[in-house]
Amino acid sequence: MTSLPLNPSTKKLGLVIDLDTCVGCQACATSCKEWNAQGDSGPLTDTDPHGADPSGPWFNRIHGYEVKEQGRDDSRIVNFPRSCLHCEEPACVTVCPTGASYKRAEDGIVLINPDTCIGCKLCSWACPYGAREYDYMQGVMKKCTLCVDRIYNTNLEPEDQVPACVKACPTGARHFGDLGDENSDVSLLVKERGGYDLLPELGYKPTNKYLPPRARRETKQAHIEALPKSNGSPMEKLFLWADKLLNKGSGSVASGEDNSGKLEG
Amino acid sequence: MAQPQINTSPKNWDEIKTTTCYMCACRCGIKVHLKDGRVTYIDGNRDHPVNKGIICGKGAAGIKQHYSPARLSKPLIRVGERGSGEFREIEWEEALRTATLWLSETRNTNPAKLAFFTGRDQSQGLTGWWASQFGTPNYAAHGGFCSVNMAAAGLYTYGGSFWEFGEPDWKHTKYFLLFGVAEDHGSNPIKAGLGKLKARGTKIVSINPVKTGYSAIADEWIGIRPGTDGLFVSALIHELLHAQKIDGDYLARYTNSSWLVIENKGGPDDGLIARNAAGNPLVWDHHINRAVVANTSDATPKLMGRFVLDDGRKVVTSFTLIAERFTAEEYSPDGVAERCGVKAETIRRIASELAHTAFEDTVELDIPWTDYQGRRHEKTIGRPVAMHAMRGISAHANGFHTCRTIHILQIMLGTIDVPGGSRYKPPFPKSIPPNVKPAGRVGQVRPNTPLPGPPLGFITSPEDLLVDENGTPQRIDKAYSWDAPLSAHGMMHMVINNAAKDDPYNIDVLFMYMANMSWNSAMNVPDTIKALTSKRTDGEYVIPKIIYSDAYASEMVHYADLILPDTTYLERWDCISMLDRPISEADGPADSIRQPVVEPDRDVRAFQTVLLDLGARLGLPGMTNAEGKPRYPGGYPDYIVNHERAPGLGPLAGFRGKDGKAAGRGAVNPNQLQAYIDNGSYWFQELPDNMKYYRHVNWDYLDWATFFGFLPRPEPIIHHVYSETLQKFRLSARGHGKVQPPDQHKIRIATYFDPIPFWYAPFEGSMIDETEFPMHAITQRPMAMYHSWGSQNSWLRQILGRNWLYLNKNRAAKLGIAEGDWVDVISHHGRIKGQAKLLDGQNEDTVWTWNAIGKRAGAWGLSPDAPEAKKGFLLNHLISDLLPEREGGYRYSNSDPITGQAAWYDLRVRIEKSADQTAESAPQFKSFKKLKRAK
Amino acid sequence: MNPAYSVILFTTASGAGYGLLSMLSLAGANHGRASTPAFAFSSLAIALALITIGLLSSTLHLGRPERAWRAFSQWRSSWLSREGVAAIITYPLALAFGACWSGIIDLPHLIAPLGYATALTCWITVFCTAKIYSTLKTIRAWHQPLTIPVYLFFSAATGSVWLMAIAYVFGRFAPAQSFLAMVALLVLIVLKFIYWRRLEKDPRTHTMAQATGLGEGVRQWEVPHTSTNFIMKEMGYVVARRNGQKLRILTLGLLDVAFVLIVLSPRWPWLSLPAVPIIMAAAWVERWLFFAQAEHVVGLFYGKENA
Ligand SMILES: Nc1nc2c(c(=O)[nH]1)N[C@H]1C(S)=C(S)[C@@H](COP(=O)(O)OP(=O)(O)OC[C@H]3O[C@@H](n4cnc5c(=O)[nH]c(N)nc54)[C@H](O)[C@@H]3O)O[C@H]1N2
Ligand SMILES: Nc1nc2c(c(=O)[nH]1)N[C@H]1C(S)=C(S)[C@@H](COP(=O)(O)OP(=O)(O)OC[C@H]3O[C@@H](n4cnc5c(=O)[nH]c(N)nc54)[C@H](O)[C@@H]3O)O[C@H]1N2
Ligand code: SF4
Ligand code: SF4
Ligand code: SF4
Ligand code: SF4
Ligand code: SF4
Ligand SMILES: [Mo]
Repeated sequence: MTSLPLNPSTKKLGLVIDLDTCVGCQACATSCKEWNAQGDSGPLTDTDPHGADPSGPWFNRIHGYEVKEQGRDDSRIVNFPRSCLHCEEPACVTVCPTGASYKRAEDGIVLINPDTCIGCKLCSWACPYGAREYDYMQGVMKKCTLCVDRIYNTNLEPEDQVPACVKACPTGARHFGDLGDENSDVSLLVKERGGYDLLPELGYKPTNKYLPPRARRETKQAHIEALPKSNGSPMEKLFLWADKLLNKGSGSVASGEDNSGKLEG
Repeated sequence: MAQPQINTSPKNWDEIKTTTCYMCACRCGIKVHLKDGRVTYIDGNRDHPVNKGIICGKGAAGIKQHYSPARLSKPLIRVGERGSGEFREIEWEEALRTATLWLSETRNTNPAKLAFFTGRDQSQGLTGWWASQFGTPNYAAHGGFCSVNMAAAGLYTYGGSFWEFGEPDWKHTKYFLLFGVAEDHGSNPIKAGLGKLKARGTKIVSINPVKTGYSAIADEWIGIRPGTDGLFVSALIHELLHAQKIDGDYLARYTNSSWLVIENKGGPDDGLIARNAAGNPLVWDHHINRAVVANTSDATPKLMGRFVLDDGRKVVTSFTLIAERFTAEEYSPDGVAERCGVKAETIRRIASELAHTAFEDTVELDIPWTDYQGRRHEKTIGRPVAMHAMRGISAHANGFHTCRTIHILQIMLGTIDVPGGSRYKPPFPKSIPPNVKPAGRVGQVRPNTPLPGPPLGFITSPEDLLVDENGTPQRIDKAYSWDAPLSAHGMMHMVINNAAKDDPYNIDVLFMYMANMSWNSAMNVPDTIKALTSKRTDGEYVIPKIIYSDAYASEMVHYADLILPDTTYLERWDCISMLDRPISEADGPADSIRQPVVEPDRDVRAFQTVLLDLGARLGLPGMTNAEGKPRYPGGYPDYIVNHERAPGLGPLAGFRGKDGKAAGRGAVNPNQLQAYIDNGSYWFQELPDNMKYYRHVNWDYLDWATFFGFLPRPEPIIHHVYSETLQKFRLSARGHGKVQPPDQHKIRIATYFDPIPFWYAPFEGSMIDETEFPMHAITQRPMAMYHSWGSQNSWLRQILGRNWLYLNKNRAAKLGIAEGDWVDVISHHGRIKGQAKLLDGQNEDTVWTWNAIGKRAGAWGLSPDAPEAKKGFLLNHLISDLLPEREGGYRYSNSDPITGQAAWYDLRVRIEKSADQTAESAPQFKSFKKLKRAK
Repeated sequence: MNPAYSVILFTTASGAGYGLLSMLSLAGANHGRASTPAFAFSSLAIALALITIGLLSSTLHLGRPERAWRAFSQWRSSWLSREGVAAIITYPLALAFGACWSGIIDLPHLIAPLGYATALTCWITVFCTAKIYSTLKTIRAWHQPLTIPVYLFFSAATGSVWLMAIAYVFGRFAPAQSFLAMVALLVLIVLKFIYWRRLEKDPRTHTMAQATGLGEGVRQWEVPHTSTNFIMKEMGYVVARRNGQKLRILTLGLLDVAFVLIVLSPRWPWLSLPAVPIIMAAAWVERWLFFAQAEHVVGLFYGKENA
């Protein structure tokens, strides 16, 4: 049913991706590929796998961007994973002539029904985020399923009932949860870190949020004073320091009481 | 139309088996999902100490490795010329008989004529033992071209090391310095750790010429000039010394800073530690104002000062010497700023941040512990500054000293194995250095006789070197010779080219395992290929016989005579042993196994089992029983369970003893492997809290470690900030002692064997015209590719199927190079062509590319027109294996003078826009013929 | 966007077909029964043939043609679905109209209502086709007010030129037909010209900075994959600006030539014959450009500065 759910639940499952922590390791991309290649979306057959132009459907791709910053030569490097954002008002759904592309009423996940998709590709034209990849082998459109076959999968241990990419992510840069509930961990994270939408002006209302890179801390922090510049011979100073240490520590080094930690130069 | 009903609980697998990943050297625990006997999905094992459930980009692509069309399927014997790729498939019996014949001839005459080198070997416990049983000293794995600088610098300084022998205290650290790391051996743990720091908002400073990857998420990026970290760190030490922001108690108690060094210019004992008759080091006691034995509880040692012993010898505390070195102006921020491209004020600021964190922001854990002098500490106090460093430091010819400089900084701040600092992972800390000496000295190599010890170890004086009375190296790679005395991991990168020059001697058989030595792990690929294929006048190959075990159709396979096809990592037994590189956690020891989760569908055999078979056929004592029958008829799993190195000590520490309850030391447990499988294919024992910190001087820990066989005796491991070992070599070069270097080596040894770390320009920098070759060229590990073997992976190669040469934008503009231009990269040794990409975030004088993406056409089961071959390229072609001539015309290997570590990143180049802009990289080697492989 | 020939053929052929069919049915509606059954049959046959060729080729573009029937189900929300429905409804109407118009069935009073109905469904179908493109916010070049009129007038222009040619062959040529074609073509040329001018002028609406949310001065330094993928093949298609300009001029040139022929056709009616291939060629090139010069916002993630 290509029309959006008439009475959707308030539940909005999605991902929150932390661009301040992502190192661009591709773990989420390959974990996604392998889970979905064997799951309902599979097989994600690759063409020319060992030849000149290997290619196949992936639901998650990681870009590397460089952002020029005011008055600096070295740009900031940001690794940017991109997958379906499970939009609230996705044209990818409404344009679909067959109803294969649909948004679930119960949790807002946007899916494609592989049994009814005719492979007209119109939905991929309608998606601003390049989230839909056509499977040339099977002649149907495919995309991120938010691992709908994992997150409710009772054959998996409870803590594994998260998207494959989220479980895989070595740095913990990917968070999964209900963005419809403003008290959920992900919603709080979005609030705290100023999570944002991609291309909001298009009005697709993405569910997934991106956490922007934090400001760097590479300038002098107020509470840290510069080290005293020893005028005169540093060696003399060190001799004095060493003796002071002994007198102070004269008890200490021998006695049981421990002084390290309290010591200041 | 209603919303389709879908099954949200599909079970796409019949069973799940745990094992250990081998898509890289990190050794994470994985869960392999199987359906109808086929691998369908691999994810991380949440219980596993290494990865705790996470998996990386490579690990998750394991399926495509396991089912790669590049897999070898049957033993092969060469029929065409070497490199032609013309082979005949043979049966295993013929293969093993051939190998036995070749090897026994060698063993009967001169076992040293076998060079056995094992690359990315994770079974060095077995392979090293096999080599010494065979009787050849010519054994090593990849360490020599990898990161021996880190291992040696650490093990000779504080009994631990970076690499994966230790880890930052991710939980408590408040300031983290990361030197020269793109990926690390601990691929997943370091990512998880960085994630933790990010979550806690801990400041991360990344020192790296390139800003990608981990540097991209750091709070501060120091785009240092390659090879100059020693200067940067020295300047930090300089600042801390000037401000006396140093942990004096830590230095006095746990290091040799207060030990007395003899000052006797020109004398045979100059620079040695003053010792009493019993050989115990002396310190100067503050109260009684006399020398007393060091590290005793009643001593109050002075840290600074020059004194005269009763016997009249002049002495000085080692810390005085260290202070004198680093307070010198040459190491001041202003003194180093220009050379390493870091602003002086930045260095000063970081120094003050370090001091602040270490001394004002200490961590106190409510964990009482007792030190080696019986002093009870009510709390465990930590200075929460952690550091980690890898190949950005080690892959330079000054890496050993630079790494030692970093350790000295850590030690001065009192951050080794303290809360928030850099922690050991058992079996570390070890004695300084670990008490194993390399065997293979003159007279120890005899026909049909095992070596008296292991081929690799740690030497402490010139007497331990493997050289004859003329100073000639005894090993084919010249390890433990005057070329590189402390080459604790051997020098695999020198084997082929040395052997081809009969320098120091010729060999009969080159036997290699898991190392792509004709390509990405070779320095100077073109000459290495020549060396592999060159013939003597009589038409015989200079390297007469090459046996190689690989699992895939790598470049190296094409240059071997006899190929022993291995299984994939999902088809065999393995043990990740504490006798090898451990997978332990800082919180406790751990080891693990691999179990065959699927049966091979090809006529291949696990290399370790084949090796034991060969050992039995050769009648190697350890591998045969009294009747001369195989001692481990069950192959590797049999060995893993039943082999004992010392009574009760075997390859696996877990589930020992008849009942499987013993840990560390215990009788053989016939059901040990099952016990591991039942436990998720790993074993981990968490240490009690009072044994988790200060372990180098932690009474309870030292006791426990001795029981576990990690230490010979429960003695404190006093950090060697001053290295007497190095001084001994320097003295020999000055003409003292029984064993002295030949004249040609004297200046070099005297210069570089400085007991106190110092900085010198990397050799390519100092021996090559910097104006003609103004740029540094380095590589980085791509996170989703593992050296050569990732490219056969149809998923990973979609992500990274070719590489580019990255240039700094401003510099490119000056050179008139635009994004996408094809450029020539020229070194003093050669020229390659690659395509340029521009980046802001990299040091102006540095160019870089992803490592090992370039492939030889026809290899790896890829079509000859694959982008890896047509557009990809290697820097290796430009990297000379030898340095320009030095004193007396001798050409040293392009390595660290102390450890023999290959100096990959010393490469200097010039960049020019290519005259020929056709979209193809150069050089293009002749494409291999298609190899017989698995269908 | 990748200019898939199946889609180009579909939109041009069926566009002309519906144009022609609507002309015929309007003619019938106004003048009653066709002069000769032969004329009725062959003209309708040609119209339906053009339409059918178009529709068939459009199914070639599908990954699962055998499931094409499913495309009628979502007329409530999908313009593609509506197009399908309209296209199908047109057939029975056209046949019924043809039967009456040609005189096979002698119900003259039905010719007019059936004629108007057929014409209407023709226009609706073309309108839906245009709507499919014009509703896509992701493609600036299509999300334009002129997209729909251009489609409609292309259909009218091509259709009327076909009508002239057929009429000439059957000796039924009338200057009124030329006049009709002239008007359609003139409007079309003006519309298309304005359409292109507007694209040139109005600033690119979306930037890479917006797409990534990373602010100004963002650029891609590392591609997510060194090999190609569907997105790059389907949406990464680019024509060199210069070639694009040349082809636009070619399009307008061809349209102008067609226009001249039509202007002269009242005097030399045979000129309507060469007018057909010329205007169809123009349609083909224009449609090719319509796709090839359309930039999809996803390009922003793949390194395009704006789209
Ligand atoms: N320019 C440049 N060169 C470098 C480096 C660099 O940074 N820059 N890094 C250096 C370093 S640190 C290292 S460690 C080396 C690594 O280089 P190598 O030691 O050559 O490691 P790999 O290329 O990963 O693979 C070695 C071989 O192991 C084979 N293999 C894989 N799995 C198995 C298996 O299960 N069984 C068997 N028998 N064989 C298997 C592969 O097919 C491959 O042929 O490269 C070095 N070379
Ligand atoms: N994904 C993946 N993981 C791997 C491997 C792999 O091939 N792929 N290989 C494994 C192996 S064998 C090894 S040895 C480890 C190595 O792991 P790393 O130590 O991360 O090795 P490299 O990738 O060589 O990273 C070297 C880093 O140092 C920087 N660098 C170069 N010169 C200097 C310098 O002078 N100073 C400083 N500060 N930085 C410098 C480079 O820019 C680069 O970022 O990775 C292991 N893990
Ligand atoms: S796995 Fe995590 S860190 Fe790696 S690329 Fe994906 S999001 Fe980034
Ligand atoms: S990201 Fe694209 S595919 Fe996913 S819901 Fe939004 S529009 Fe549809
Ligand atoms: S490709 Fe499939 S899902 Fe997409 S619009 Fe066409 S039918 Fe719907
Ligand atoms: S949620 Fe599942 S399908 Fe979507 S990107 Fe992550 S792993 Fe892929
Ligand atoms: S880091 Fe990745 S490849 Fe390496 S062992 Fe772990 S999971 Fe496997
Ligand atoms: Mo390595």
